[in-house]
Amino acid sequence: MNQDIAIIGVGMTPWGKWGKNFAEYGVAAARDALADAAVAWQDIRFVSGGITVRCGYPGYVAGATIAQALGWQGAEVNSSYAACASGSQALAAARTKILAGQCDVALVVGADTTPKGFLAPAKGYRPEDPDWVRFYMGITNPTYFALYARRRMDLYGDTPDDFAAVKVKNAAIGSRNPRARYKKAFTAEDVAASAMVADPLRLMDICATSDGGAALIVSSLEYARKIGKGDAPRVAAISTVTPSFASGVVEMPDIATDSAAAAGIEAIRYRGQIPLKAYEEAGLGPEDIDLAEVYDLSTALELDWIEDLRLCGPGEAAALLRNGDTAVGGKIPVNASGGLACFGEAVPAQALAQVCELTWQLRGEAGDRQVKGAKVGITANQGLFGHGSSVIVKK
Amino acid sequence: MLTFIPDINKLQECFPAVGNSRGEMYAFANPCEPVTMSDKPRVPAIEGWYTLDPDSPELIGSRCRKCGTCFFPRQDSYCRNPACDSSDFDETPLSRTGTLWSYTNACYQPPAPFVAAEPFEPYAIAAVELDAERMVILGQVVEGVALEALRIGMPMELVLAPLHEDEDEVKVIWKWQPMEGSA
Repeated sequence: MNQDIAIIGVGMTPWGKWGKNFAEYGVAAARDALADAAVAWQDIRFVSGGITVRCGYPGYVAGATIAQALGWQGAEVNSSYAACASGSQALAAARTKILAGQCDVALVVGADTTPKGFLAPAKGYRPEDPDWVRFYMGITNPTYFALYARRRMDLYGDTPDDFAAVKVKNAAIGSRNPRARYKKAFTAEDVAASAMVADPLRLMDICATSDGGAALIVSSLEYARKIGKGDAPRVAAISTVTPSFASGVVEMPDIATDSAAAAGIEAIRYRGQIPLKAYEEAGLGPEDIDLAEVYDLSTALELDWIEDLRLCGPGEAAALLRNGDTAVGGKIPVNASGGLACFGEAVPAQALAQVCELTWQLRGEAGDRQVKGAKVGITANQGLFGHGSSVIVKK
Repeated sequence: MLTFIPDINKLQECFPAVGNSRGEMYAFANPCEPVTMSDKPRVPAIEGWYTLDPDSPELIGSRCRKCGTCFFPRQDSYCRNPACDSSDFDETPLSRTGTLWSYTNACYQPPAPFVAAEPFEPYAIAAVELDAERMVILGQVVEGVALEALRIGMPMELVLAPLHEDEDEVKVIWKWQPMEGSA
């Protein structure tokens, strides 16, 4: 049985920092996607929202909040939270509804307004919450990114210059993306001159937090054909699998890993696990991938993801980068949108923004950042406590 | 949840002037602190997570009675090994030594609940894989160790050191330091 659904419309706001109500970004992205699909709002039967936890109660019921803002019209609603993977889970809920035959066409939407500076935990004395403990100990998100980056330097011989080259590559292509927040084509010198945050990572190696919204209109293949969009790109796989116990890599926001000492347990990291299920579900392999949108929370993490997606072997991503293979025009372009380096992260919108970019690329509508002949794309991103998501989009 | 009770006799033997009437607070010296240390009483920043032994402090974890898996922070109600459904645990001290898995530093002041000194002083952070348990535990590196002195794979040991202080007390926590002779 075919498990694909069609992406018949995509929409995105520009990313930035304006501090507006998150629902405004959600509505703007949703209207953009509805217009792109040429589907009337009243025809949408299911609204699946990515939750934001920084905007009070309306954020916890994001699906309903945005549906109400668009005007109640009787559709069912859902809200999903999985940190940066929220959008993928919201998409998975819509896919399930469509494949179960309970609705033909759905809106999937995520939007956020984020505070300046470090993302901080909930208040109080709460040692039972690892997120509270690690901030109390002075361990922030960049700490984790830097620990992984240092491992790359030690294990594979990557250098801070390689990490800077990721930023330079993403800034060069992102400068051509009208929705990007940062449109300057930064140089290696700019990166080297930026302040050290968590050695070896500098300010420009680490992504910012942004406001923004992204939305998809997804439907059954039959509905897509009926409205003349039978050739729309399809969601071929959504993977949100968790790792296997014991996980030997310390993941945000934990301060310790599982213990691998007891007998009969194995260690597979979630980042390596997620794409395996995505490839299996899509019936495709890494060799079929034309481009990837990966979660470059830091420059070095982009290199980790390239390896986790099996686009090259362990430790080979920096060589691909140095060779220009991961730039648009190279063998396997990564983050043709400019990535988080140019957008910053708007948590519940991010996984959907990745699917928007793949959709434009597969339609051949990506303008002067177009990956020629792109037919299959993959996304990867990270949740918290060692999980994340990966989506495969194909023509 | 079981609460760890420090050995007050041992502490008082070393530091006769410590401990309050309820047995909740203890002052103790730290071997790696400079002589200019505050004379305020030293109390754990997080209650019950580590022993207060001045010479060889230990993290306090728990061990599943059925499958033997260790947990830190301690886990006393459910075993996270997918092949085990136990809810019985013993308190267990964890290895005080391990190898450096990775390291970095914090050049910017983190947000609350972190309590920063004025002015903020950057500090190093280590991820250390414990010898016996094969688990990686994060912690600050003791003051005075430059990043250049660290290298992945080097032996590290656990000590107690101040995390921050208020008007009345110094809050101590575990930190990592290179083992003698390895820096």
